[in-house]
Amino acid sequence: MSEPSATGRFGEFGGRFVPETLVPACQELEQAFRDAWDDPIFRGDLSAILQEYAGRPSIITECHQLGARLGIRLVLKREDLNHTGSHKINNVLGQTLLAKRMGKKRIVAETGAGQHGVASATAAALMGLECKVYMGAVDVERQALNVFRMRLLGAEVEAVHSGSRTLKDAVNEAMRDWVASVESTHYCLGSVMGPHPYPWMVRQFHRVIGDEAREQCSERFGSDPDVVVACVGGGSNAIGIFSGFVDTDARLIGVEPAGGAAVGRGVPGVVHGMRSFLMQDEYGQVQEAHSISAGLDYPGVGPEHSYLASIGRAEYPTVTDAEVIDAFQLMARTEGIIPALECAHALAWIVRESGSLQGRTVLMNLSGRGDKDVAQMMEILS
Amino acid sequence: MQRLESALRARREAGGKILIPYVTGGLSGWQDAVRAAAASGSDAIEIGIPFSDPVMDGPVIQEASQRALDAGATPVSILNDVRRLDVDVPLVVMCYYNTVHHAGHERFASQLSQAGIAGAIVPDLPLEEAGPWCEAADAADIATVMLAAPTAPDDRLPRICERARGFVYSVGLLGVTGERATLAGTATALAGRLKPLTEVPVVVGVGVSNAEQAVEASRVADGVIQGAAVVRRLLETGAEAVGDYIAEVRGALEHHWPTR
Ligand SMILES: Cc1ncc(COP(=O)(O)O)c(C=O)c1O
Repeated sequence: MSEPSATGRFGEFGGRFVPETLVPACQELEQAFRDAWDDPIFRGDLSAILQEYAGRPSIITECHQLGARLGIRLVLKREDLNHTGSHKINNVLGQTLLAKRMGKKRIVAETGAGQHGVASATAAALMGLECKVYMGAVDVERQALNVFRMRLLGAEVEAVHSGSRTLKDAVNEAMRDWVASVESTHYCLGSVMGPHPYPWMVRQFHRVIGDEAREQCSERFGSDPDVVVACVGGGSNAIGIFSGFVDTDARLIGVEPAGGAAVGRGVPGVVHGMRSFLMQDEYGQVQEAHSISAGLDYPGVGPEHSYLASIGRAEYPTVTDAEVIDAFQLMARTEGIIPALECAHALAWIVRESGSLQGRTVLMNLSGRGDKDVAQMMEILS
Repeated sequence: MQRLESALRARREAGGKILIPYVTGGLSGWQDAVRAAAASGSDAIEIGIPFSDPVMDGPVIQEASQRALDAGATPVSILNDVRRLDVDVPLVVMCYYNTVHHAGHERFASQLSQAGIAGAIVPDLPLEEAGPWCEAADAADIATVMLAAPTAPDDRLPRICERARGFVYSVGLLGVTGERATLAGTATALAGRLKPLTEVPVVVGVGVSNAEQAVEASRVADGVIQGAAVVRRLLETGAEAVGDYIAEVRGALEHHWPTR
């Protein structure tokens, strides 16, 4: 995957649509990231911390029972086994290490499911940074355990009551905080979205998922997978695993929730600093997404996904909440793995499409573990 | 020179200070508030087009935007209402970029111009991204006001001033719109950096919260914008309170810098 253009564009998507106050901060961050990414000492520090703290490399697991039932070879990339239970830690360790290098004392973050918030609170504790997490009031309710976890880790969590009271509003509030605190604070954005350099920087921090998986697949099976599948909220776990395979013949599938289909139902728009596919009404008001999973409740998508969709390199189908609930239980019962509701979307697509995938090797990014979703599922299933 | 800039320069040349209130379009009573403000000493009036995700706005203007949206306001309905306002000061819209982008640059510029709007402020469209919109706006005789922020390094400010039409919006503080107990030091500091760079009027907005602060900012700047202080009065009391407040600020400015 290539670098974005000088104006932060992937094709016609991306850019830097931020209040004037934040332009110098974005420029400074871009320069700091370029320097750090080219610095073997930074890269070495990051690798060491990913290994010794986060538990990388994450393994791959072949699902023999479920695969046999579906008639495919199903392989999971186990991001659920990372410290804090999801892929989010890869990006957060990168960004907090960078924030320290830039002399920042404090980070702010938005969170949907709470996984990015927990990862941010964790990294902040590790690195001695102050941390504040914004979370939509609706999500604070459905992810109460993660809220408590963040507080245990020493972060301040603020419930956001504006707008749809979910992830998009948490991003708004984090940006408002950053506008006021930009001199001391780094905004630790949780997905491949936002103004340049975030979509590119966050992708670089997650490409370790795809790079590892490509090597592991070739060692284990002697070939690349036929299909690579991941769920898409903002799109960070998907872009991470796609990065390893974009130059192969593998089909790349990013699965969106039916109620948050930015690529499927959106038209290009500008919000949160980027031009990308966006669910909006006839006047450009951003619409609320609706999904069973808080982490995918986002009406936009990272600009590089819009680009991959526009050139036809990746596909972005949707699945319904009902399909996700079935897939969640199926994986638990057949493989003894409780997936996060987010990546249960990826499995739901595989299950639905298995007829056309017979005999194929399907690599799925298991982006997180489902412990955080157990209380919510208990209610849904009772 | 466009209408907006000539009106503001006229005030400055006559020795007075510029006063620009902000009113959220589509909020109950907003048209009366614009008329009351126009009759109480405003030099121009900003009309906010409410957006679902107003990242530069604090709680008061967020609330006003949400109420206006809940009441069914759209960019089209607000511009239709603007035509019937019949006020004799220049009107400027303040809108987030997706409103412009969604309509299309040329189409939006022509909608503004047909509604009799003189200028536009787009707070999430910084210099580097503003080119295509500015071209369309220039062609339709809509003045694009550029914002300058306290975080800007010295070499950035001249480029902002050069692209600014109407006035330069000198952002008063690090933060979003909303009233503050005191005027931030950044307000006069930034205006002081901008003034030597440009003949275009320099107007301080964001965080100028009462008549006293308006006077303080105007010691350096050519004048002030009054946003949350106006919108809060419209939310809490009504259009008449907006007129009274603008008259009060105008009175304080005239006391120090009488318009000849
Ligand atoms: C486990 C898990 N997967 C996926 C996502 C969605 O984010 P992204 O699309 O950036 O990977 C989240 C977000 O909270 C998550 O917690």
